[in-house]
Amino acid sequence: MSVAFFILVVLTLAGAVTAMSLRRLVHCALALAASLAGLAALYLELGAQFVGLAQILVYVGAVAILIVFAILLTGSTEEDSPRGFGPSHSPAAGVAIGAAVFAVLAWAICVHAAASPAALPAKPAAPVQQIGDALMGRFVLPLEVIALLLTAALIGAVILAMEEKHGAL
Amino acid sequence: MNPLEGYLLVSAFLFAAGLAGALSRRSAILVLVGIELMLNAANLNFVAFWRYGPHPEALTGIMFAIFSIAVAAAEAAVGLALIIAIYRHSNTTDVNQLDSMKG
Repeated sequence: MSVAFFILVVLTLAGAVTAMSLRRLVHCALALAASLAGLAALYLELGAQFVGLAQILVYVGAVAILIVFAILLTGSTEEDSPRGFGPSHSPAAGVAIGAAVFAVLAWAICVHAAASPAALPAKPAAPVQQIGDALMGRFVLPLEVIALLLTAALIGAVILAMEEKHGAL
Repeated sequence: MNPLEGYLLVSAFLFAAGLAGALSRRSAILVLVGIELMLNAANLNFVAFWRYGPHPEALTGIMFAIFSIAVAAAEAAVGLALIIAIYRHSNTTDVNQLDSMKG
């Protein structure tokens, strides 16, 4: 429990809450990018360098940009005016469900942790060479499945977003 | 409080924030952002359990997190393409107005 941990936690959680509560969508995307960057730093803090850097590449680099593109392409820079925020549109129900889920999870974590003694293992090392060997050896089948999935997602995304031509298909 | 507990609590809060957002926001893009946050909370759990678990040399937690990141990237690409296609069709991304299956 170092000072860095608390700073990163505050960055991550504040970014997540901001991303979910601001009204302007571009601000939400920015807060999401900050939260994901904090998460990547948490992975580095945990000693998982490869996952942390992959997180920066994939999430902060690609997914955040993709979300900004979607916001700009749909022209929805702002959620509709709070005119619709009547009793049936109030976010209170969603927030209450979120709080309840967090309460249950936190209760489970605290109860279980109180029962188990704290015997911390030494910091494990995960060099990139070891990860590559594992990917090419024990995990080669999931790797191929992921490759297939990414290809299918690429083609599917292009087809879905393609302009519909009347008479075609 | 031992470190694993701290990471699990952070992950639980991240999941709850994403869930609350996905349930209460009205823009489909922000619903997708909430789902991404929940996926990231799960990834943080994988890495934290790898770090403080009994057999870190097996690298299972790291592998699961890497594959999960790849699946989440594919999901984001397809989800945003769907949102763009829906916007082209019905000119809105407000999930409250998207209530008919057949144009």
